[in-house]
Amino acid sequence: MSQLRIADCVPEGDLLTSGHLACPGCAAPLAMKLALKALGPNTIVVMPACCFTIIAGPWPQSSLQVPVFHTAFATGPAVASGIRAALDTQGKFDTTVLVWVGDGGTFDIGLQALSGAAERNENILYVCYDNEAYMNTGIQRSSATPWGAWTTTTPAQYPEATNKKDILAIMAAHNIPYAATATVAYPVDLIDKVTKAKAMRGTRFIHLLSPCPPGWKCGDDEGVELARMAVQSRVFPMLEVEDGRRWRFTMEHAGDPVEPYLRRQGRFRHLSAEQVSHIQAEIDAHWQQLVQRTAQDALVPA
Amino acid sequence: MKKVMVGNHAVAWGVRLARVEVISAYPITPQTQVVEKLSEMCADGTLAARFIKVESEHSAMAAVIGASATGVRAFTASSSHGLLYMHEMLHWAGGGRLPIVMADINRAVGPGWNIWTDQNDSLSQRDTGWVQLYCETNQEVVDTTIMAFKLAEQLNVPVMLMLDGFYLSHTAEPVDVPDQELVDRFLPRRVAPYKLDVDSPHAFGALVRPDAYMEMRFLQQDALNKVPQALEVIEKDWLRMFGRSYGAVESYRAEDAELLLVTSGTVTSTARAVVDARRGAGEAVGLLKMKMFRPFPTALLRDALRGVPRVAVLDRNVSPGHGGIFAEELRSALYDLPDAERPELFGFVLGLGGRDITPAVIDEVIEKARTGTVPGREDLWVGVNP
Repeated sequence: MSQLRIADCVPEGDLLTSGHLACPGCAAPLAMKLALKALGPNTIVVMPACCFTIIAGPWPQSSLQVPVFHTAFATGPAVASGIRAALDTQGKFDTTVLVWVGDGGTFDIGLQALSGAAERNENILYVCYDNEAYMNTGIQRSSATPWGAWTTTTPAQYPEATNKKDILAIMAAHNIPYAATATVAYPVDLIDKVTKAKAMRGTRFIHLLSPCPPGWKCGDDEGVELARMAVQSRVFPMLEVEDGRRWRFTMEHAGDPVEPYLRRQGRFRHLSAEQVSHIQAEIDAHWQQLVQRTAQDALVPA
Repeated sequence: MKKVMVGNHAVAWGVRLARVEVISAYPITPQTQVVEKLSEMCADGTLAARFIKVESEHSAMAAVIGASATGVRAFTASSSHGLLYMHEMLHWAGGGRLPIVMADINRAVGPGWNIWTDQNDSLSQRDTGWVQLYCETNQEVVDTTIMAFKLAEQLNVPVMLMLDGFYLSHTAEPVDVPDQELVDRFLPRRVAPYKLDVDSPHAFGALVRPDAYMEMRFLQQDALNKVPQALEVIEKDWLRMFGRSYGAVESYRAEDAELLLVTSGTVTSTARAVVDARRGAGEAVGLLKMKMFRPFPTALLRDALRGVPRVAVLDRNVSPGHGGIFAEELRSALYDLPDAERPELFGFVLGLGGRDITPAVIDEVIEKARTGTVPGREDLWVGVNP
């Protein structure tokens, strides 16, 4: 049944070509391909430093069939604001300006510019594909790295000691029209969310979990499955927040135990049973918070 | 139309007359009147621009980069720490060959905090691929702002114009405001040869490997090398249409001078008065104003200084551990002159952090340069009481 729906819902034609330079099993190009199916050719992509700087291809090639502006690490939302203003002065209101950036460029070095753009409610679509560390530079921790994870700067003897920053809540707190989570494990959901975001005006933010086989230490063929496990174990719930107030789950979450998700990844191999329990407790607490937020929403007339 | 205005408002008038389409800026003393005036002009409709009020200078430069890459005319203004915060993106604009124009209100750099003028903010950006033009009067500011867009768009290089903080930015002078219709003829709408365009999709700024990166920098250098000549042609047009011109360098009463002062910015006006007094007393003292610092107008400077016995460079800036920056670069430019024609060059550091450069200070410079026996000493600090 779901295959039927994919055939119905996924637009034909790709704006991301083969020959891109992603690592085997990387979820980011799949996410880009799906997002561009939803957005179509009337799109300009702003690309701050991230894995996709490489994936998009070196000069004189480009794996993206839409205009791309590569820019410095912290500047995605600001450059996009300038492009938006220039398009508006030319009457090109229907062109989508898409910022496509990793977790480092979003959670860390780019957060100030992102907050500024969101506060101004710039008419841009911002997609953070989150592989949970600085993967392009060789797997260093970012503030998107989950508690307990190994990276090259958080060795197994002293793994990541702080919780992942709650970027969705941070963006929702800017009261932007649309903030959502998505993953490549649910392509129809991803396309639906990008399509919905495309039709809206103002700052739209999508937080996309993007498994990274070299960084997560999993098989090249495991990324999509891990993303699905992340959702079903409530590590990465599927959500939408409109106007910063109306929170809702966009699918059922089975509430599977987190342990199988962790054990499939080398970056969590060192964790003790006690540490796994700690992670489970954190997930459960966050889930309760989300249940309350989404329930509060039910009391507010849409 | 004549109006009395401060330097910061002269910048805003230049931007308005150039019909800038996108502005992005962040306030910093002493630049704030630029953004205030531009906000007013955008609000009352006298300037049909989008003004993006960003959260930092880094984002201000990033936003005008995005706008300029989309084919429109874009402007920003900053000062001191704001300019330094833009540094990464100044390279992006220069290397990206984007014809952005920026006004920098020259202000010293902390610590300690200092809001008054010197040139260390802009001079520490000299290697970012921006043209640098230092202005002396508010008339020159209006005129240069408009000419800067023409120059920038002709060669696809960004242009920075400088005003001394307070001495020019907050000083009111009469300004002949150019007629809008004439300006429109002088500076038509920008037509970008390359831009972000969904009908012709291209990638800008992608990874460039060692086999091509140098060619990009070579072409950038080639464009900057063409700036002095391009500005000369642009200034001839401006002179014909508006009756004024300035030059990348300007010689003032330099004929048969035994000693030439080299200045930039507002100290030039003070130096003109000192030169007049000296000439009145029969002394062969003249002046060379350097408006252009990047690209360095080497050929013009060699012509102007060839055979002058002594040259005194007044630097309102310092490269710590070296010397005054104009003096250092000028010495380098004159090195290839034959021995008999190469001036003895004295570099003076003065006026840092807004310290006043009075006629008496310039008199001291003249005496030191006349009697000096050690050209090559770059640490001739004037007016310092350690």
